[in-house]
Amino acid sequence: MEKTVNQRAWLLVLPVLVLVAFSSIIPMMTVVNYSFQDSFGENIFFWVGLEWYQELLRSERLWDALGRQLLFSFIILMIEIPLGILVALSMPKKGLSASVCLVLMSLPLLIPYNVVGTIWQVFGRADIGLLGRTLSDLGISYNYSQNAFDAWVTVIIMDVWHWTSLVALLAYAGLSSIPKAYYQAAMIDQASRWNVFRYIELPKMRGVLMIAILLRFMDSFMIYTEPFVLTGGGPGNATTFLSIDLVKMALGQFDLGPAAAFSLMYFLVILLISYVFYTVMITIDKDEAKQ
Amino acid sequence: MSENGHPTKKSGSTLMPRARIGALVMTLYLVFLLVPIYWLIIMSFKSNSEILSTFTLFPDNLTLKNYSTILTDPSWYMGYVNSFIYVSLNTVISLLVALPAAYAFSRYRFFGDNHLFFWLLTNRMAPPAVFALPFFQLYSSVSLFDTHIAVALAHCLFNVPLAVWILEGFMRGVPREIDETAFIDGYGFTRFFTKIFIPMIAPGIGVTAFFCFMFSWVELLLSRTLTSVDAKPITAIMTRTVSASGLDWGVLAAAGVLTIIPGAIVIYFVRNHIAKGFALGRV
Repeated sequence: MEKTVNQRAWLLVLPVLVLVAFSSIIPMMTVVNYSFQDSFGENIFFWVGLEWYQELLRSERLWDALGRQLLFSFIILMIEIPLGILVALSMPKKGLSASVCLVLMSLPLLIPYNVVGTIWQVFGRADIGLLGRTLSDLGISYNYSQNAFDAWVTVIIMDVWHWTSLVALLAYAGLSSIPKAYYQAAMIDQASRWNVFRYIELPKMRGVLMIAILLRFMDSFMIYTEPFVLTGGGPGNATTFLSIDLVKMALGQFDLGPAAAFSLMYFLVILLISYVFYTVMITIDKDEAKQ
Repeated sequence: MSENGHPTKKSGSTLMPRARIGALVMTLYLVFLLVPIYWLIIMSFKSNSEILSTFTLFPDNLTLKNYSTILTDPSWYMGYVNSFIYVSLNTVISLLVALPAAYAFSRYRFFGDNHLFFWLLTNRMAPPAVFALPFFQLYSSVSLFDTHIAVALAHCLFNVPLAVWILEGFMRGVPREIDETAFIDGYGFTRFFTKIFIPMIAPGIGVTAFFCFMFSWVELLLSRTLTSVDAKPITAIMTRTVSASGLDWGVLAAAGVLTIIPGAIVIYFVRNHIAKGFALGRV
């Protein structure tokens, strides 16, 4: 379906442009502005050039947070994508049980982020939480507010709990678009279960899986509320991810200049990685259209 | 019938073990999802002293006191009202601006369309933490701080791109011949759009509204930063209670349960369309 060239289409896009300009470009300009200046108290600013950027690039704090962030995003993608696919493959195909599964699975997605944090905060406590109590009764020492490793495990399990359903829903949508004839053909060829997955289901899910990976990467890269409620970034700095660090800097210590420089670099990293994803997806899309 | 019945029966017998494994995986996954929620729910029916002193899988003395605390105290229940107001405002605004834009993207080529689309998506990728401070200053300077509309507009940052994305996918599925026929029949653009096109993509609009509702409902950072008293959302009230007072776990749990209910209701209505929403999206 060829689209016609029509420059008047800009008029239809205009409302979005105005709105997004108001809520994105103007604030972004403020950030850019701050990132080159230093402030002393009440609205006295002076130009410092690239000083904040240089200082940040040298500071271990930023690199540590970035490292933790990348590690976290990597781990949860490695768990959530395969698990989501597995769950999608196990879904009942139709009928009441399919509806029930869909509704129950979607439940964690609709819970406000801080309530997710609260749920796991309570659940993991050794005095009143089912998980913490069970583990301590089994003789396993577990304390997410004292032990960095336990904190990490809890944050990761919490994220898997929260978001795997999104991956599963997307994969399920991809699976249900596969025509029955494909499976019948595979059965005639006596294809093994693995081959059916490898040569029929996986290629058909490629598009939605790309969306799932992109969404999960972006959202995990800006995770804030859940670990903030659960551990407050602790113990020490163990679970201080980029957003938590940034909010500490900007709203906690009110260091406008460094926080602004931090924001811009943060945004650029996400943008860069997402642009690579986006380009890859467009290319795949075009390849598929050609076939 | 018998011809069709035979192979399915055969495949049924070979697939049985697989189906059982599937059911097992599904059951385990659902248990994993539901146990923490179950724990929150039963906690909301316990008194604070019972939570702290005894450890039971089911409340000894079922109490509704936690819920009555929330539903009778304005500083609690107004949080829900505030959340509802800005979430609804946001959903309406997002849909209103996204509908024409998505139509333009799905039907026409125009100068810079692909770049524009990617730029829109980048706003979905922008970490709210980056925008918290500038939003605070921007909305304070136009004296919109602590109003519902401020939060609704702020959430447009990520909901409008998402709405355009999903709607565009749905609109691409509508054949263009319909537009052309309508224009030949003498429909103006506005009348065609409202009378013919919008009813045709009603499911898509439903799915989009659901996602806008969801992402605005669960967000905390921006809504907390932009409000202090009058428009304070329930999620912010909850975090304040966690950090400040002597922690009434029962009330906290009850408040949490009450934030899950609207989502559960919405999800029930759109259950057959949820997965479709993203699957049809551009990319």
